[in-house]
Amino acid sequence: MNWITNYVRPKINSMLGRREVPENLWIKCPETGEMVFHNDLVENHYVIPASGYHMKMSATDRLKFIFDDGAYELLPSPKVAQDPLKFRDSKKYTDRLKEYRAKTGKDDTIVAGYGKVHGVPLIACVHDFGFMGGSLGIAAGEAIVQAFLAAIERKVPLVMFPASGGARMQEGTLSLMQLPRTTVAVEMLKEAGLPYIVVLTNPTTGGVSASYAMLGDIQLAEPGAEIGFAGKRVIEQTIREKLPEGFQTSEYLLEHGMVDMVVHRHDLPLTIARLISMLMKKPPIAAAEVETAGVEQLAAPANGGEPVPLPAAN
Amino acid sequence: MQNYLDFEKPISDLETKIHELRTLAGEDESVDTSEEISRLENRARDAMTDIYSRLNPWQKTQVARHPARPHFSNYASALFTEFTPLAGDRKFSEDAAIQAGFARFQGAPVAVIGQEKGHDTKSRIKHNFGSARPEGYRKAIRIMEMADRFGLPVITLVDTAGAYPGVGAEERGQAEAIARSTETCLNLKVPLISVVIGEGGSGGAIAIATGNRVYMLEHSIYSVISPEGAASILWRDSARARDAATQMKITAQDLIQFGIIDGIINEPIGGAHRDPDAVITRTGETISKALEDLSALGPDALRKDRREKFLKIGRSLS
Repeated sequence: MNWITNYVRPKINSMLGRREVPENLWIKCPETGEMVFHNDLVENHYVIPASGYHMKMSATDRLKFIFDDGAYELLPSPKVAQDPLKFRDSKKYTDRLKEYRAKTGKDDTIVAGYGKVHGVPLIACVHDFGFMGGSLGIAAGEAIVQAFLAAIERKVPLVMFPASGGARMQEGTLSLMQLPRTTVAVEMLKEAGLPYIVVLTNPTTGGVSASYAMLGDIQLAEPGAEIGFAGKRVIEQTIREKLPEGFQTSEYLLEHGMVDMVVHRHDLPLTIARLISMLMKKPPIAAAEVETAGVEQLAAPANGGEPVPLPAAN
Repeated sequence: MQNYLDFEKPISDLETKIHELRTLAGEDESVDTSEEISRLENRARDAMTDIYSRLNPWQKTQVARHPARPHFSNYASALFTEFTPLAGDRKFSEDAAIQAGFARFQGAPVAVIGQEKGHDTKSRIKHNFGSARPEGYRKAIRIMEMADRFGLPVITLVDTAGAYPGVGAEERGQAEAIARSTETCLNLKVPLISVVIGEGGSGGAIAIATGNRVYMLEHSIYSVISPEGAASILWRDSARARDAATQMKITAQDLIQFGIIDGIINEPIGGAHRDPDAVITRTGETISKALEDLSALGPDALRKDRREKFLKIGRSLS
């Protein structure tokens, strides 16, 4: 590696709007070590077919997967202060931001979209873990607040898909302030009588778990996700013992009464749509909708970066 | 015996000398040391003023964690009368890391909540060094909700390195407990005044610090992660804590610039632990003034004021 590959390439990439092409056409299952062809994985929405292991998903893939026909309206990302602390660790925070923007093509970790899930209109708010580990800072906090406000304005529920290591240290206490800020937004949605569903995905830890990610009317979790407040290493160092088997996984939380359901990714859209329909006293999801919206149908639009325009309201 | 921090060496040298001279004078009455003592005392005072007027963030972290710094119980007994701590979350257990109950502040009933770190080995263990488990936050929620029902203001005194990272704490929903506690703060229709008296450690702090007014003592810190924690993640070296403390802008002086806190309560020269009464009195005055300022607001306005205050944070920064 020389300085050109390290520093120049990301900028050129971002100027051309190019996206990183996966170098590995074969993906290894983190659980079983099985090799899976990349396209097969994409078609199966990043669930390893044999083991059922749920891989991480980019925010864009997630939105396209969750919404009917992969169609949604992208909510604008709010303009916020970029680096109020003038933070620098091994490199400048502003440089890190630039790199991640080039790498992911996103402004920050939160991507929110409005669309329909089995015909049920809702706003989905998704963390892109690929953007600085999905960390919560001012930009994410404001994007979440705006997504909730948009849901209230459109009188639709909000579904949150956290995937985050926690608060963004490079924004110091301002990132901590996103815990109460996002909580205000959750409260406003609840007071507007609209459901708030959280789908915990891998991982959801730290400050994110200690705010909007745990305040859903209903808490769903994808299988095998790591969910918790304190990091495993910190706990091990504190108690000086080995952690129990399966500690801080979705299934562990289910057993301890901390989540309502562990739901396979493929079953999420229907589960979400059904729950919302009941909470909002709407008729059941039509049987026709359920049949046609199977996984095979949804598999088609999983590629590409840009959202498909939403068809005119009907 | 005074417990000196490493950067207080010039002060400790002078005070040791003063102590020696005093001992000498006591032993031999023919030696007049009073002039020398008063000269050294002046120098010690000057050194203290000088050092404490330009503490760096890492030094402030050490002052904020000073074992002799006044803790919750010192404030509870000095600022309030009839303080009646209540126990238990009614779900699992009692958690003495958080103290919560009712008391009278200048005669008027209030709810008081805060983390207690303890002052000796026994009490530190009892209070788990001020690091609460979910039960502590659920007890806080219970007391806040009761205060809300009876229309009593809530005063919180924040002093924790963070919520406790343990297996049981995780199993019983540490994250959820913190999130609910913050939510409860935001829903209150009574005034909520928070003062960071020592360490404001991340989620464990914000859970009870989401107030209409938030103050910090002059040498307290308020941070998203401990400087050691940030250093071990960002630099992969916990010894870089000093850099992390500086970079993360965790001091009261920084945070008031960002609009995160509403005011700074000055500490006596040499820090709160050198004159606890003075700092506790000032804290009382600040709380009193804040309650007076909020007295014009009705229940809905109080909630709105708090929510808008937090929504506004960071929006005007560039």
